[in-house]
Amino acid sequence: MSAIHIENLVKSYEKGKVKALKSISLDIEEGELFGLIGPDGSGKTTLFRILTTLILPDSGNATLMGLDVVEDFWEIRKIVGYMPGRFSLYQDLSIEENLNFFATVFNTTVAENYHLIEDIYVQIEPFKKRRAGKLSGGMKQKLALCCALIHEPKVLLLDEPTTGVDPVSRKEFWDMLGRLKEKGITVVVSTPYMDEASRCDRIALMQDGQIMEMDSLKNILQKHPQHLYAVRSKDMHRLLFDLRNFEGMKSAFAFGDEHHAVLGKGSDDPNQLFDFLQLKGHEQLAIRPISPEIEDVFIQLMQAQES
Amino acid sequence: MSKVIITEKLTKKFDDFTAVDAISFEVEQGEIFGFLGANGAGKTTAMRILSGLSYPTSGKAEVAGFDVYNQVEDIKRNIGYMSQKFSLYENLTVRENIHFFGGIYGLGRKELKQASEELISRLHLGPEANKLVKSLPLGWKQKIAFSVAILHRPKIVFLDEPTGGVDPITRRQFWELIYEATSQGITAFVTTHYMDEAEYCDRVSIMVDGAIAALDTPAALKSQFNASSMDAVFLQLARAAKRS
Repeated sequence: MSAIHIENLVKSYEKGKVKALKSISLDIEEGELFGLIGPDGSGKTTLFRILTTLILPDSGNATLMGLDVVEDFWEIRKIVGYMPGRFSLYQDLSIEENLNFFATVFNTTVAENYHLIEDIYVQIEPFKKRRAGKLSGGMKQKLALCCALIHEPKVLLLDEPTTGVDPVSRKEFWDMLGRLKEKGITVVVSTPYMDEASRCDRIALMQDGQIMEMDSLKNILQKHPQHLYAVRSKDMHRLLFDLRNFEGMKSAFAFGDEHHAVLGKGSDDPNQLFDFLQLKGHEQLAIRPISPEIEDVFIQLMQAQES
Repeated sequence: MSKVIITEKLTKKFDDFTAVDAISFEVEQGEIFGFLGANGAGKTTAMRILSGLSYPTSGKAEVAGFDVYNQVEDIKRNIGYMSQKFSLYENLTVRENIHFFGGIYGLGRKELKQASEELISRLHLGPEANKLVKSLPLGWKQKIAFSVAILHRPKIVFLDEPTGGVDPITRRQFWELIYEATSQGITAFVTTHYMDEAEYCDRVSIMVDGAIAALDTPAALKSQFNASSMDAVFLQLARAAKRS
């Protein structure tokens, strides 16, 4: 059985003017660590709100552990752990009080499920008397995760838990999610950071209310080959404009200290590109073929969607 | 080249906690200066001082030629500010936002009219100029917000995680706007959590526990830390942090 089954889910706002989800279908297996990857406004939060029974879809249906998000909403709320994008714990309660509050609401105790949160909670325990509103971003995030876990949910839904978080803390957070997965919890995480795709079993790439692609990262990268080259020269800024003026260039964008250039099918000759750029007076020119990364594929899919 | 930011042992304490610990650095006019650090390293506190929103406890700093202790109003007039969290008013049209912010930044009526029409045509916003900002895609909002922040031709524009949550194409187009502005002499002071964006900066500083742990060009930092990417440089430095 799928942990989450979603079929033709549609949701619009403002009397149909804003289409947040345009018929989304997807299945997430039990015990899977699944990533919804896409920019703000792609529909990630709307999907989470439907799955957590906070809003109703316009049409289509969705089930969690076989329970329907409309019919069985009371049952779903007992088995779902949800960490919304915006910090939504009680700022005036301490770490300890927040945790006890959420345990009590779900008719359990902190002691009963301590094993689930232990390795996260020990990191914030020294500050357990401090009010949640006075915590640093990283500590708030850990407390919110503990509160979402304290009733031993079957499915954990995390809406952009790493947005605005520095790269070191982001890596630590994903390590924690990996350990939760090992305990058998199904975890669904949304993120705008494409590099986090590598931490998921499977991912869905979302844009504009649609799923552009869904599979393991490895399969997605293999499914979308490109004539992709990493290009460098002494003047990187001018290089970008010159690359775009090359006939047959599909797209050219900066990627860290290199530019990634995608050549069209008929014009896939890096030697011609080299000569062209040399004629433009580029020094220390280097062109090498590379395999696409997740952002290369995302850009390609976005461009296909737009055209 | 003139220096638009100069700090010397700039320090900010909250009771017994030293948020910014004697940082000294200089930023040149027209430079793209990346201001990196882990959460809680002191970036926001330092940026608030440099933009005239908070006083330091000790040390010196000059921004756009003005002193952070007694010329904060002059500083505010000579800088622009944009962040992902706060950019434009959603319930105003594009044109109203431009007029509102331009007015706040002290542009006169005539200047404002000219500057706003120029901006609208340069960003090809003609058909959208009278639409509410909330109806526009996020990527457009970011570009308009940036253009509005530099409408009054400030010496420095502070960009606080300007590309958070935007798609990979828009993120890169945004950096092309930064390049364009800096080529005209505006200085960009940028924070980001995307390490590939650190590569687009002329120089990068990395704060750890309130102090500047490293400051140089991306190429020099990578060779200094024997790392293949800025991500690896950042990890080496930030892992040594004591506070989080």
